Amino acid sequence: MTFIEALLQYEFLQKAMITAVMVGIICGVIGCFIILRGMSLMGDAISHAVLPGVAISYLLGINFLIGAVVTGLVTALGIGFVSQNSRIKNDTAIGIMFTSAFALGIILISFLRSSSDLYHILFGNVLAVRPSDMWMTVIIGLIVLGGIFLFYKELLISSFDPTMAQAYGLSTRWIHYGLMTLLTLVTVASLQTVGIILVVAMLITPAATAYLLTNRLSRMLFLAGGFGTLSAIIGLYFSFTYNLSSGASIVLVATTLFALVFVFSPRHGLMRHRKRKESTV
Amino acid sequence: MYALDVDRLTVSYFDTHALDGVSVRLPVASLIGIIGPNGAGKSTFLKAVLGLIPARIEQLRVLDQSLEDVRSRVAYVPQRSAIDWDFPVRVQDVVLMGCYPKLGLFKRPSKAQKAFAMDCLERVGMSDHAERQIGELSGGQQQRVFLARALAQEAELLLLDEPFVGIDVASEQMIIELLRTLRAEGRTIVVVHHDLHKAEDYFDTLMLLNKQLIAVGPPSDILTPEWLEPAYGLPLFERRKEGQG
Repeated sequence: MTFIEALLQYEFLQKAMITAVMVGIICGVIGCFIILRGMSLMGDAISHAVLPGVAISYLLGINFLIGAVVTGLVTALGIGFVSQNSRIKNDTAIGIMFTSAFALGIILISFLRSSSDLYHILFGNVLAVRPSDMWMTVIIGLIVLGGIFLFYKELLISSFDPTMAQAYGLSTRWIHYGLMTLLTLVTVASLQTVGIILVVAMLITPAATAYLLTNRLSRMLFLAGGFGTLSAIIGLYFSFTYNLSSGASIVLVATTLFALVFVFSPRHGLMRHRKRKESTV
Repeated sequence: MYALDVDRLTVSYFDTHALDGVSVRLPVASLIGIIGPNGAGKSTFLKAVLGLIPARIEQLRVLDQSLEDVRSRVAYVPQRSAIDWDFPVRVQDVVLMGCYPKLGLFKRPSKAQKAFAMDCLERVGMSDHAERQIGELSGGQQQRVFLARALAQEAELLLLDEPFVGIDVASEQMIIELLRTLRAEGRTIVVVHHDLHKAEDYFDTLMLLNKQLIAVGPPSDILTPEWLEPAYGLPLFERRKEGQG
């Protein structure tokens, strides 16, 4: 049976596809702002910091979105507090805070649930996605895309020239924490698809691929969403056909797309760079 | 009316004062240079006045009003090193940002605002480059684009942080001409500047800073050993005086 036939026949595969595509789009779009603000490490941190939140939510019997957003934001605030109130640099503060949160998460999960659950949260298993997970991902996707649409202008100027943004009275601090909130939501939506460990790849790689192809932010957002989608579809195909880990397959497809663009991009590719260097010598 | 009326401005980082009790009044419709040695707090002064960094200040009037009331009429042009020149924006996108302060949340620039932004780009002679990515331009061209953004903001007070660093002589000449035109239109331009020998030619008023305000006044009064020595602590001026005498 081919992948297409299976897709038409099996509902679980359709749900997996919808979820993975949505995750590909929102990771790509929010990832653009993450890489342009030089916050790749922060993306990694927030995604890991979601783990204790998920564990605590199970413990309290509440929706794990709530716990995830709380521990994600507490970690972001903690990083800001440590780096602003000591000589510790930002990347060091990030390293301390997110590994602590992650370690706490592992201990809490081991008390609560079986090791196979931990494995699924860490590495994802999109083929086991439930209808409720799919709907949650779709709703989170709409919130994230809506937020970016509404605050596009503010996100653009605070990323490009934060001093001007502040000078005319925009609160860059609120924009930062707003973005961190969206990032925790995206991470939670990605749990089933790629898992906590690899979500940072979906945030950074499609956005970086798009960055090499265009000089306009609006186009970069669409391209990044496109690369995320393409990675999700092709990755799911490999995952289903050869029985491979879904998250790892999707990420490796994203990496392959990046490698192709890195070499062949007409504007910023390796070939173009080489040529430019030769012509200047 | 003063463009800036600052009363006892103090900025401290941990235990050291970056600026210590600076009180100054800067006139409107003039070209003002802030000079002083490295680490004198020149950029800090601009940032503190705009409320971008924590500062203690007894009283501050900007264009005769409180800062909050005039924010959208004050344009700030950052140092070149503060900008990521690989950012995916085109020249026209940058100029259009000048309209942002007037737009509320969720609002996009209108057709008329886009046309106005293009007019501003025309004024700095950069309309041919509207479609280019900002990093593809020379340093001088980039500085002109940021000036066009300040024009699009319809700013009455322009604060420029080291605009002449890393640009060629022709661009510098073009920018100073443009600043003179803006002054003739009644705008006030405050420039952080480090090149003393052009200061006399460029500015109507100089503000000499070294953590404290050393002196403020017309360049011919300020550019004398009497004031420069305590600010820079250079024996150089002493020797020149002896040589002349």
